[in-house]
Amino acid sequence: MDLRRPPRSTSGGVEPKIRQVGFVTPDVSGPSELPAVAALQPGPAAGSPPASDLSPGSLSPVMIPPPRHADHLSPGSPSPPASEAILASSAPQPSSMRFDAASELAEDDSRSMAPSAGELETNKGDLADTQNEGAPVSQKQKPSKAERRAIQEAQRAAKAAAKEAGLSGKSTGAPSGANPAVSKQAKSAKASQKKDVPPAANTVASEKKVTERLPERDRKKDAPHPRMQFDDVHRVEKAKKRAIVNQSEARNRVELFRHLPQYVHGTQLPDLESKFFQLEPIHPSVYKVGLQYLSGEVSGGNGRCIAMLLSFREAIKDYSTPPNKTLSRDLTAKISSYVSFFIECRPLSISMGNAIRFLKNRIAKLPLTLSESEAKASLQSDIDRFINEKIVVADQVIVSHAITKVRDGDVLLTYGSSSVVEMILDHAHELGRKFRVIVVDSRPKLEGQGLLRRLVAKGINCTYTHINAVSYIMHEVTRVFLGASSILSNGTVYSRVGTASVAMVAHALGIPVLVCCEAYKFHERVQLDSICANELGDPDVISKVPGRADLDHLKNWTDKENLQLLNLTYDATPSDYVSMIITDYGMLPPTSVPVIVREYRKEQLWV
Amino acid sequence: MAMELDAAQNPNPNPDPPISAYYQTRADHHAVVSSDWLAHAAAAASSVTDTDADAAPPPSPGGNGGGVIEEFNMWRRKPEAAEAVAAIMALTAVIRSSRATTMMELEIELKKASDKLKSWDATSISLSAACDLFMRFVTRTSHLEHEKFDAAKSRLIERGEKFGEISLKARKTIAMLSQDFILDGCTMLVHGYSRVVLEILKLAASNRKLFRVLCTEGRPDRTGLRMSNEIAALGIPVKVLIDSAVAYSMDEIDMIFVGADGVVESGGIINMMGTYQIALVAHSMNKPLYVAAESYKFARLYPLDQKDMTPAHRPIDFGVPVPAGVEIETSARDYTPPQYLTLLLTDLGVLTPSVVSDELIQLYL
Repeated sequence: MDLRRPPRSTSGGVEPKIRQVGFVTPDVSGPSELPAVAALQPGPAAGSPPASDLSPGSLSPVMIPPPRHADHLSPGSPSPPASEAILASSAPQPSSMRFDAASELAEDDSRSMAPSAGELETNKGDLADTQNEGAPVSQKQKPSKAERRAIQEAQRAAKAAAKEAGLSGKSTGAPSGANPAVSKQAKSAKASQKKDVPPAANTVASEKKVTERLPERDRKKDAPHPRMQFDDVHRVEKAKKRAIVNQSEARNRVELFRHLPQYVHGTQLPDLESKFFQLEPIHPSVYKVGLQYLSGEVSGGNGRCIAMLLSFREAIKDYSTPPNKTLSRDLTAKISSYVSFFIECRPLSISMGNAIRFLKNRIAKLPLTLSESEAKASLQSDIDRFINEKIVVADQVIVSHAITKVRDGDVLLTYGSSSVVEMILDHAHELGRKFRVIVVDSRPKLEGQGLLRRLVAKGINCTYTHINAVSYIMHEVTRVFLGASSILSNGTVYSRVGTASVAMVAHALGIPVLVCCEAYKFHERVQLDSICANELGDPDVISKVPGRADLDHLKNWTDKENLQLLNLTYDATPSDYVSMIITDYGMLPPTSVPVIVREYRKEQLWV
Repeated sequence: MAMELDAAQNPNPNPDPPISAYYQTRADHHAVVSSDWLAHAAAAASSVTDTDADAAPPPSPGGNGGGVIEEFNMWRRKPEAAEAVAAIMALTAVIRSSRATTMMELEIELKKASDKLKSWDATSISLSAACDLFMRFVTRTSHLEHEKFDAAKSRLIERGEKFGEISLKARKTIAMLSQDFILDGCTMLVHGYSRVVLEILKLAASNRKLFRVLCTEGRPDRTGLRMSNEIAALGIPVKVLIDSAVAYSMDEIDMIFVGADGVVESGGIINMMGTYQIALVAHSMNKPLYVAAESYKFARLYPLDQKDMTPAHRPIDFGVPVPAGVEIETSARDYTPPQYLTLLLTDLGVLTPSVVSDELIQLYL
């Protein structure tokens, strides 16, 4: 299971990161159910009468829903069983709950919003139907929905008046006009429904999904939700109880990147530090590494991966199997919980994801005959071997290959701070090659400054510039060396934001671009742009320039509705701009990455 | 560098500056080659083989190197034999005449012989590629077998000879694969004297296809004249162009065939000077460029630009004395990046340039 992303809902479910556009016809057990359902629940199933003509589960083009009926939920006894039957056949619990919440939201929003928005909501309502099948819990909402509509309408009106509502605001900030008793009753009814959700769902998965969904709650009151949001208070509270890191609201989100977890980590550090000794389930070394991620002390693909693996090593050393549990399963669950903690601190990098996959693979492959101490020792040595072979030795091999491409008189350009590129430059300098280095840097991280300091300390001739001058400086350059967070199957280089620009300018001037990346960071997915998968950083650092307090024009950017700050961490460089990829398997053209992935995966089976 | 200084000081640059031996060989061949001579030479060479094999010097642990070079030279003198194939035959002979008693010893001997061959001509890519390939072949074999040394050795010899056979037959395979690309009434451009391309044309002519060939003059190797000689002997209409006239004639050309000195990891080729130019013109005018290369020419090199290769020089005779103080660019070959190549016709099949790395990875990793 790929832990870098929340696990897909298995059947009939929608991959959470995909924007839903258009109507999805409900996937029903029997066609006869549909008309009954449609008649009884034209609200959430508004699209279904026309949709029932289509084959179940197909995505139909956008349809104009029939007008909503005010009395669509005359709650009769046929309604719950019918809906129950339909609802009973969908699989994923988390998404069902998610769409469940959305369907409620759909109802609320349809009242107050324009019809076009309402379409989207009914759309979600359809999805709710599709996804809610199988959740025996959801049908109990039908009666309560009818009751709570009025309350929520009033609440919404009151909310519209508020500038920003906290997550808890929905429950506690019930303004005047709402019937607190009824609302509480309704919400407690919902809460009980939620708790009825069978724990069959991977708790880790739902937890992850919840924590990722939470910050995406829409702040803009009028903009329709393009995605399913967890607006439900009880859901939020439940997630908050589970979550170790407090997720606070993120503000002023950029529309295009709403599918990504928003940056909420800035305020977590003091909170987590205070909790250091209280958290039983999380091993202290794992906690420590998580804090280091949060604070930014440990960054860079290799650094993070090594820190994570070493903390796992410690955790495994101190691990003891609880009675009546098998080591492999329990340890895997434990590792998964650690991983979700790391994700809360900072989304996983691809290198970390691959390492976790390796570790889980090794745990799963432990022979059952091993005693606990032997198994632990074997796992620890596996981790050591992974770090040694795939990172340390791989770096040495990369350096030995790359050094053949550094000639006397070269002007080498590098961007940001890559550990491998730094090793190459050091080694070339040790061998006495005559070259000079241009370090290109960019805000807000300014990682190049650290690299610059270290190179100059070794006596390498360096020039330093910011990325706005890259086209100016590129004329002097003979080679460009770049690091990568990962290389994807189509040869796309996934690296620090700004890398693509540097590579593009180099390509335009015919300068070879050499990307240095260890093979364990390769991944088989394909990405065509920098938007579908990325990491969002803290927008506040964009608004301030350190050392220039007078540049405070963006001081109150959160107050401005029309202003959003975007701080991306990664970008995707198309393979056309890359001349060569240097890995521990040698020097390859970008087209050969899937070959290495294929061979590398095979090797992993025998590792 | 030294060579260019010489050229500057001597009004008449003479062949004393270090010429790539690879090209020297071809010059020796091409100076007098004609189809008839080929037949005679082949016959003569085969009779020479027997006596040479007997007269091979008894191998001593350190003296193998010399034996290899002689053997190699013997094979190389056959005009039909590619240099790489000659190397492979020579290495097989090393195994045959080796006195080693363990696999390790044998491998060490082979390594020494291979290094000796490679150093004999550092600029020949196919030579070093073939040596590496053979070593790889051998080490793979030796790791798999757990039998007695003699059995393993004879297996190695068998493999080596088979390898040599395959390489010799490679040209025939490529010729067969290429027939589909030659259509009746087409006009093709050839550049450089490639025996593989010649084989292709021979087969096409014998299949009675109607086509005509434009041939570049190919200075300084004078390949154009030789090539056109050969082609005319096959009965194919041929026209010779000066190198600068390629763009001028590109309109009437349907496809371009070239050979390769080496195929590099990126999928690009290293070939006679002028190939890159032709590739650029063809690309801009959307004409396909087909490269005919045997698979032992796949090398683990990765040039980033034209200067990123081991330089190989040819003397260029302009016919008139060059004034003092004037430098001459004497590089004999250039690198064509993969985006300008349409297809590679090899004995492994018809490949796209990106497959080369795939093959190399599968072989070497």
